[in-house]
Amino acid sequence: MFELDLTAELDRQFTVCNACRYCEGFCAVFGAAELRTAFGERDLAYLSNLCHDCKMCYDACMFSPPHEFNVNVPAILAEGRAQTYERYGFPRVFARFFRTPLTAASVFTLAGIVVTLLAVVASAGVAALWTQQLGSGAFYRVVPYSALVVPAIALALYGVAILAIGAVDYAADIGPGFAFLSPASVGRALHDALTLVYLKGGGSGCYDVHRGSQLRRVFHMLVFWGFLCDFAATTVAAIAQGFFGRLPPYPLLSVPVILGTIGGIGIVVGAAGLIAIKRASDPQPASGRMIAMDYAFLATLELVALTGLALLAFRSTNMMGTLLGVHLGALVGFFVTAPYSKFVHFVYRSLALVKNAHEQRDVSHQPP
Amino acid sequence: MSDVDVVVCGGGNAALCAAIQARRNGATVTLLEAAPVHLRGGNTRHTRDIRFAHYGPNAAATETYSEQELLDDLLRVTEGETNRPLAELTVRESLTLAQWMQQQGVRWQRPLRGTLQLGRTNGFFLGGGKHLVNTYYETAIRLGVRVEYEAAVRAIECDGTAVRSVVYDRDGAEYRVRCRAAIVAAGGFEADVEWLKEYWGPAAEHFLIRGTPYNKGIALKAMFAVGARQTGDPRGLHCIAVDARAPKFDGGIVTRIDAIPFGIAVNRLGERFYDEGEDLWPKRYAIWGNLIAQQPGQTAFAIFDAKVMGHFIPAVYRPLCAPTMHELACLLELEPARLVTTVDAFNASVAPGGAVQLGVLDDCTTRGLTPPKTHWAQRIDTAPYYAYPLRPGVTFTYLGVEVDADARVIRHDGDAFENLFAAGECMSGNILSRGYLAGFGLTIGSVFGRIAGTRAAARYVRA
Repeated sequence: MFELDLTAELDRQFTVCNACRYCEGFCAVFGAAELRTAFGERDLAYLSNLCHDCKMCYDACMFSPPHEFNVNVPAILAEGRAQTYERYGFPRVFARFFRTPLTAASVFTLAGIVVTLLAVVASAGVAALWTQQLGSGAFYRVVPYSALVVPAIALALYGVAILAIGAVDYAADIGPGFAFLSPASVGRALHDALTLVYLKGGGSGCYDVHRGSQLRRVFHMLVFWGFLCDFAATTVAAIAQGFFGRLPPYPLLSVPVILGTIGGIGIVVGAAGLIAIKRASDPQPASGRMIAMDYAFLATLELVALTGLALLAFRSTNMMGTLLGVHLGALVGFFVTAPYSKFVHFVYRSLALVKNAHEQRDVSHQPP
Repeated sequence: MSDVDVVVCGGGNAALCAAIQARRNGATVTLLEAAPVHLRGGNTRHTRDIRFAHYGPNAAATETYSEQELLDDLLRVTEGETNRPLAELTVRESLTLAQWMQQQGVRWQRPLRGTLQLGRTNGFFLGGGKHLVNTYYETAIRLGVRVEYEAAVRAIECDGTAVRSVVYDRDGAEYRVRCRAAIVAAGGFEADVEWLKEYWGPAAEHFLIRGTPYNKGIALKAMFAVGARQTGDPRGLHCIAVDARAPKFDGGIVTRIDAIPFGIAVNRLGERFYDEGEDLWPKRYAIWGNLIAQQPGQTAFAIFDAKVMGHFIPAVYRPLCAPTMHELACLLELEPARLVTTVDAFNASVAPGGAVQLGVLDDCTTRGLTPPKTHWAQRIDTAPYYAYPLRPGVTFTYLGVEVDADARVIRHDGDAFENLFAAGECMSGNILSRGYLAGFGLTIGSVFGRIAGTRAAARYVRA
């Protein structure tokens, strides 16, 4: 459940917003708010995740603190997102990790690395950590194929299942029901999500490092497409191995390595940029819980990408064994925490965008 | 020896247009804003759209709004009481405003919901007035304008007909800037309750000020002190009905109440005092503030029933609500029998059979009632009953200094100061002497800000 105070505060603040409406041009949140006269838990779940956190509404608000109306929409919606993630997290006992994101990320990543290195030592002997391995199948001489692929698939399936459970519960709540998931709405939402149109602030950019910055959208794009490139690289590698019997490591000018390198660099630059922006931003229009989740998730991503690139750079040296262990361990940390980290944001935000596309379908932009 | 070419006194739209324009024309510029940085921008913070003439649709507005049409609208609301050459100049200069604003980084958006009637005549800038102000400050600072916050201009020092320096206070200390020209664009005096009381008596204590608490008219007084000629009715206020629960200052647009035509308005005695159905928005918007200012305690109540709830733009405070009129009167601390009598008399006088049509002047009227309700009259008979407590909310004052077509301030003797200019609310009374035209205050401020900036810089800077 959401904290009652937060819902009451949402109702109070959006009553001010609905009487003003100046922020209508920045994003979809205000247009959605105008369709409502009172705000409850479903509205909090919906509007929180519809918000892309550009913060322009705070910068443009004449009623932001120290005004007595004390309107701070980005802060309340960020807190609403943090609470959404926990509320729809499954099982409940693990959803607690959302409350301590930095600890969870550190512990699971460290544990992942230690366990993986121990597994390497147990299966290939301690010397595998600093023995040069060359040629086809070099990685599998350090970590046997089955030891790599079984945990990876298990973790991935677990993550997908957890996200799906959260998605179904969330959609049923904000819908309410599933009727809003029409092809037209999904198509529109896909466009809005892939273009990150609501990080444009209606053309004015975001309020972070400076007013009107377009950097958040750029860095987020780098992380997102970087992640997809790495996913594609892994898929291509799996096909090369499964169907054509070619074992890694692959040559520098092969599809998996090129895609993986582009993706890795995208994530390294994008995540570092997002961390830097967060550090430079005004702390007022934000939620402490959400910021902690952001840092934890970005740091985990950054570690996975950096260790991946390091492995690529030094795979022909005697450091390969250790680097492979560390990279795989970081990946374990990432995938274990993913369903309980900021990673989940895309699920709820995408559904909120679909809901918005659905409920705005009949609303003219120029009503009477 | 000057410290700076141009000093701009004020920090809202007109001041920023003047500062940007002077700087773009090569002058060194210092802008003195009385407010701290997070409250900068004067009443511009509460604006959202600007009116300008244009031929054909553009990025900011739809269709055509000709110069003649804009001038006619101005003459209509001012009932012809305007400085005609300055009015025509404003209209002509407004043609290039939208593009000029875009060049300073302003972005346009579609008209906000519920404001379609302004989509042809007015441009809505993205994010409203505070975002506009933020955009202008960034542009001005990037161009090299020096901005001093919490710098309240106290005096203008002249040598004959020429300004030599401007004196301002900050943190209790006094500073003097020697300049080659000064532009005053520091708003009206509506935030100085003592000054309002000179014209309105103790009633002014009960006025709420919709805008910045920094519009105390100090710079306006400074201009009068050096012999600027006065224009506009000193008692003139633009004043609307706002929720009595609103803050004393800076309630902006969200405290306005537009519920009166949907029911009746009564004063503290529980009596009606004016035709609630007289006219459409925006005329009705502009009259109720003054009407309430004339009622006992400067208080009134908009009373309506469940039938019309939700038919008007919601305000920031929910209306008070009770299951019977008697209980509503108790909530409002009115004499219950009195209010019930007033409502019963109103209900009995509503001509039967009419279908209320909001948005047009329909023929639903009262019969034999004084004062009558000449449109949208329908019985108040469906529980629960609702009320908004009302107070006059002051938007701006009309008193200002007289200027010429170069935005130069006119002296008592009829000559202009060589290098003292004015723009915005402190001179808009030359053109908008009375009445209200949505978005036109910004038009005057932008036009005269630009003119003042250009002229002030042109005097001293060689191309």
